Amino acid sequence: MVREAEVTSERTPIKLAPVARHEARPRGEDAVFEIRGLSVRYGDVVAISGVSMDIGSRQVTAIIGPSGCGKSTFIRCLNRMNDLVPGAAVDGRALYHGEDLYGSEVDPVEVRRRIGMVFQKPNPFPKSIYDNVAFGPRVLGMSKQLDERVERALDRAALWDEVKDRLKKSALSLSGGQQQRLCIARALAVEPDVILMDEPASALDPIATTRIEDLMYELKNDYAIVIVTHNMQQAARVADRTAFFSVESVDGQRSGVLVEYDETAKIFTQPSDKRTEDYVTGRFG
Amino acid sequence: MRARAVRGRAFQGVLLTALVVAFATLATLVYTVVRDGWRSLDAKLLTEPPSISPDIAGAHPAILATIYLGLLVLVMAVPVGVGTALYLEEYANGDRWYNRLLELNIQNLAAVPSIVYGILGLAFLVRGLGLGRVLLAGGMILTLLALPTVVIAAREAIRAVPDSIRQGAYALGATRWQVVRRQVLPAALPGIATGSILALSRALGETAPLIMIGAVTYITFDPTILGPFTALPIQIYSWASLPDNDFRALAAAAIIVLLGIILLLNAFAIWVRNRYTQRW
Repeated sequence: MVREAEVTSERTPIKLAPVARHEARPRGEDAVFEIRGLSVRYGDVVAISGVSMDIGSRQVTAIIGPSGCGKSTFIRCLNRMNDLVPGAAVDGRALYHGEDLYGSEVDPVEVRRRIGMVFQKPNPFPKSIYDNVAFGPRVLGMSKQLDERVERALDRAALWDEVKDRLKKSALSLSGGQQQRLCIARALAVEPDVILMDEPASALDPIATTRIEDLMYELKNDYAIVIVTHNMQQAARVADRTAFFSVESVDGQRSGVLVEYDETAKIFTQPSDKRTEDYVTGRFG
Repeated sequence: MRARAVRGRAFQGVLLTALVVAFATLATLVYTVVRDGWRSLDAKLLTEPPSISPDIAGAHPAILATIYLGLLVLVMAVPVGVGTALYLEEYANGDRWYNRLLELNIQNLAAVPSIVYGILGLAFLVRGLGLGRVLLAGGMILTLLALPTVVIAAREAIRAVPDSIRQGAYALGATRWQVVRRQVLPAALPGIATGSILALSRALGETAPLIMIGAVTYITFDPTILGPFTALPIQIYSWASLPDNDFRALAAAAIIVLLGIILLLNAFAIWVRNRYTQRW
């Protein structure tokens, strides 16, 4: 409770919390997100507490950690999807291009337009392939040259060649991997600048997973990508920087915390925290 | 091993018995009605008004009124019911006491005997609002009667839409209304249609509340929305209570007509469900 009051009061005077050395800015790149002392509670349960990190543009940032460490909760803060969970309360600051995502004048709907999301289980709408991709542009009033927009999005998601002859077919007729790439295309169609991926390949077979990973590698030229993954090899393969979250006891309550955040190679070869080392070498989690 | 298999068999037998009982009852009902009413089921029944002479009596005004009542219920109960369901499922915060009270009340309303709705209609619509004993009042009463069922069915249908669909739409920057209008409603439509039509068929079979608000039994002219009316179930009741066997046959024939209307409605519901059902 004390902690909560602390963080809330910190919010009013705009003063950034000190950043630990290993959380320093990604090399030379602009930071898309600057997270400072971010905590999330669901009712009485603290999901994450005191997370501070910067996320750079044009690179892949991976969030790894054991189950229940708040990885998903964390990235759902970045596009305010947690607002949809009754009882979720966010403290601290999450700056997006310098603007607080949780500022009183910020419209969560606008946030979600600029920050796209791909979910763990492919969730195409029960509509045609075309209508899936066109849904975002349509609801956002971007219907001009819709056909071109849809094609471009499908093309970027490396799906166009496979579906161009059956755009009017149900999206549910696609394979799981295709569905997930469709969901990526759907997110790209509204021209976001960040794509959040919540374990995007965990429901897919290895070949489909590889395709998604290749896609991430491709897309990071234009987007900031934040990926939550259970799969450490995946993080090692695709991520430029990796954040390790773990569950700790904070003020007598279990909650997810950021343990270490650094270049991916460093996290996996010479982590500076014992807990990270234990995790990446498979000693727990 | 043996005992378990026997128990399984026995349970299967119980289930089969239940099925046979339900089906045999229905079959007997339909059989007797058709047997008694077959000869009186003719064009005259559909086109002529009732009469004191069974030879020329028909149920035209009652059939027409039942169709009107059905349309009124459809037009009033479905928008209000679906709106209520959407509010409760998509907008209301289930933790608030007033929303929970609302939910509880809707469950209870579905269990209120229809005669009580009749009394409400008599006191509030016919007398209180001064509508009089008119078809519109009957339609409103049947609407109130059907409403809880529509709400409950629509809520089930809305709840069956996977949350991942909503999340996906929200994540693209859709507003709540856009999510509801473009994703949830289309996906829930088959369930809503089925539930609404089942509620409607039940309402059309209601007699008690209509008698309560003073639907008359003997009407020889075509009903209007703001005029006195009768309805098929009331016509059936009235004919069935007459001593003359010919009138009983007419009652049976009218039952066939009512069953026909309701079967048509149900067939339509099934068609809608099959036509628009999504598989996730």
